[in-house]
Amino acid sequence: MDILDIRFDKRIQRIVPLIAIGSAGILGLLIILITGGNPLALLRGILRGFLGINLAAIGTQNPIFNPRYIGEFLVSAMPLILTGLSVGFAFRTGLFNIGAEGQLLAGACGAIVVAFMFPDTLPRIVFLPVVCITGMVCGMVWGFVPGALKGFLSVSEIVVTIMLNYAALFITNYIYLLLPHPNTVKTEEIPFVASMESPFLSDLTSNSRLHLGIYVIPFVVVLYWFIIDKTRFGFELRATGFNPRASKLAGIHVASRTTLSMGIAGAFAGLAGVMIAVGTFNYGRVLTGFENVGFFGIAVALIGANKAFGILGAGLLLAGLQSSQPILQAQGIPRDIILIIVAIIVLFIAMQQGIRNAIEASLLRRMVKTRRQEESLSP
Amino acid sequence: MNILELQNITKRFPGILANDSINLSVRKNEVHALLGENGSGKSTLMSILFGMYSMDAGEIYLRGKQEHITNPHIASDLGIGMVHQHFQLIDAFTITENIVLGVEPKKSLGRINLSTANKKIEQLSERYSLAVDPTARVQDISVGMQQRTEILKLLYRNAEIMILDEPTAVLVPSEIEELMQIIEILINDGKTIILITHKLNEIKRVAHRCSVLRKGQYIGTVHVNEVDEEALARMMVGRPISFDVQKSPHKPKKDPILDVKSLLVRDSRGLVAVKDCNIRVHPGEIVGIAGVEGNGQRELVEALVGDRPVEGGQIQFKGEDITHASIRYRIEAGVGLIPEDRQRDGLVLNFLLYENLAMKRYYQQDYSPHGMLDIERMTAFSDTLIKGFDIRCGNAGNTLTRSMSGGNQQKAIIAREIQKSPELLIVVQPTRGLDVGAIEYIHARIVEERDKGRAILLVSMELSETLDLSDIIAVMYNGHIIDTLPAKQVSHTELGLMMIGKNNGHT
Repeated sequence: MDILDIRFDKRIQRIVPLIAIGSAGILGLLIILITGGNPLALLRGILRGFLGINLAAIGTQNPIFNPRYIGEFLVSAMPLILTGLSVGFAFRTGLFNIGAEGQLLAGACGAIVVAFMFPDTLPRIVFLPVVCITGMVCGMVWGFVPGALKGFLSVSEIVVTIMLNYAALFITNYIYLLLPHPNTVKTEEIPFVASMESPFLSDLTSNSRLHLGIYVIPFVVVLYWFIIDKTRFGFELRATGFNPRASKLAGIHVASRTTLSMGIAGAFAGLAGVMIAVGTFNYGRVLTGFENVGFFGIAVALIGANKAFGILGAGLLLAGLQSSQPILQAQGIPRDIILIIVAIIVLFIAMQQGIRNAIEASLLRRMVKTRRQEESLSP
Repeated sequence: MNILELQNITKRFPGILANDSINLSVRKNEVHALLGENGSGKSTLMSILFGMYSMDAGEIYLRGKQEHITNPHIASDLGIGMVHQHFQLIDAFTITENIVLGVEPKKSLGRINLSTANKKIEQLSERYSLAVDPTARVQDISVGMQQRTEILKLLYRNAEIMILDEPTAVLVPSEIEELMQIIEILINDGKTIILITHKLNEIKRVAHRCSVLRKGQYIGTVHVNEVDEEALARMMVGRPISFDVQKSPHKPKKDPILDVKSLLVRDSRGLVAVKDCNIRVHPGEIVGIAGVEGNGQRELVEALVGDRPVEGGQIQFKGEDITHASIRYRIEAGVGLIPEDRQRDGLVLNFLLYENLAMKRYYQQDYSPHGMLDIERMTAFSDTLIKGFDIRCGNAGNTLTRSMSGGNQQKAIIAREIQKSPELLIVVQPTRGLDVGAIEYIHARIVEERDKGRAILLVSMELSETLDLSDIIAVMYNGHIIDTLPAKQVSHTELGLMMIGKNNGHT
């Protein structure tokens, strides 16, 4: 084995994110120790957030396992995975989509508006897809704008997406208040046939808000992988992302690829908005500020290395950590510890080259050592 | 006396034995040239000496004592310095700041004493005739001065053995001459220089001895004044090399395939770069554009391939007006391009080799039926190209393009373009930075295309390449073709004069 064999070894590539996550966990525990908390409580809280298993309940009257936690964990994971896919998709084309937040809001608003537009006598099999697709199209439009500006006029997509986030926030708030609303923080509930609500899934997870979106996510993740890795279009996107100039000279229409890539990224984020609006809440919410699902998407894409299944895993991880926040809060551990852990994970991921170098160096040292031993043994 | 001895150095990369038990002795105070083709293991060997790679086997003796050089700091402490082919300078720093980086002279409270440093650098630059302005920022200085800064960096660290990796690859002819003089001054001052190169005339010019590597193996060491360039080339490539391009008289067809009429193109700053430019290329001939860099060649090529808008005039290809056609349309119509900068314009370095080789085909029904990539088909296609064009890569089509040597990257582009055998092939600087073996190969493939009846438009800054390869030479000056004449009728000197706008009677 040689240092370069080590460097080209794909296994290291897979280990690094795990090391990052593990180290972040250990540091999180240390922080709790330093601040005088109970590190075991943190672990218990996280376990409960992910799987609904309450170790503290062992030996008491309370149920040990509560599937509701799993349901709620998945409910918060779905939008995170989708915004992660949104950011990741744009990133593969060399674009930084900070606008997933705004695209999500646009998607949510589009879905709610359509949900109020048709009579609730329409069959669900027609109504619900229309609602979802409208939401995705709205997100897409919100992505097309910065994409086209970037592709055809070289305007920085970063600036445009940030500004469009605010535009989305205030425009959607305005639109919600044009719809029937009992008070100024939300609209009326949408009809059941326009919602992703699922009494079956909810029942299964003791009345969590788990909705039909859970059936959609696997398709979307596979679709992402398929577009990027298997299609002609994905080939063009990847080429453009790595080297726009060489791609252009090879005949790829870089401007249109850029526009489309941002549009598709917007559609992913729009779907995240749909799931929140007509899946989780079933009414339009007038927000005072961002909920950061789009911004966490950046972290999800980063941890997932912009790969479809990496993003799926990273979305689940972050969502699980987030759902353990209230549990920790209840046990006297500040909920912000989770934010610290997420931040440390991101930090370690950003340092992955350094981690790789460290692994390589230690493997190398071991190699040299064994070789020296072999040499000293042989006469 | 040998200041440096490398014994049985062996280094293996995945799929390649980069250094196979190489021996090298360098005498004190000599210029020792290290000659070899691209990918022959020169750079690997020097990287081992400089502590950037670990060797799998072998020993390094410095001044008679065995040393274990495991990182560049140790090399530097032992008096070994290296000027890399790609300079390691920080653009926003001044020359002085770059030179002292890492070994800054300190004042109280850890402040950097720049005035002392400036003074020391001025003395050094005077002593070795290395003209630099210590307070200038690297981003504002010429490539030649950047190189002198790198050399000063080594002198500032008291390097005795200086490794120069392809130092002339980035320089213009006048700067090359200056560098040769600097090398002589350094030798007079008692330094030892290892010169990595594949340019034979430079070896003849400054080196005392020359060691040759071929495919990772040590071939031998010769005294430069005892051998001629041809013998060196033979050692390097392993077979006799012809320096002249072998070609039969050209038989162009009567009707031009490319007809450019009074073209007007602006450069990126909006200034007129090509004006009233007329040029014709016929099937079966090579038209070479000769000109000093920056006289509109780049903009002309960009306009021809569709990468730059045309403001006036017309481009006719096969009788069809393609002045405003898209890049893809022109590719499909039969315009091929071997671009100026292989890494910037020609390849996606983070792609695997097979993906790069498919860059001009992937969209065809055969390679992506119904929009879905047929990866098996693409790999099979890349395998034929790798074989047919002798592209050397560790892992066939699945090699990361970035990890390949420059010569093989260029071969990949040549393979991709020539395999399509386009009716018009635009070739820009096809052999920059390549060794004689690769140059000979690439020239032969271009001539072969011509003989097949394809039209070639060649743009090269190397005058001898333009003269050797072209049938017709078009002299470009100030965005304008000032003269077109058969290559046989013009000498090197005449052409040089015409390129700077002095028309010497030919019309």
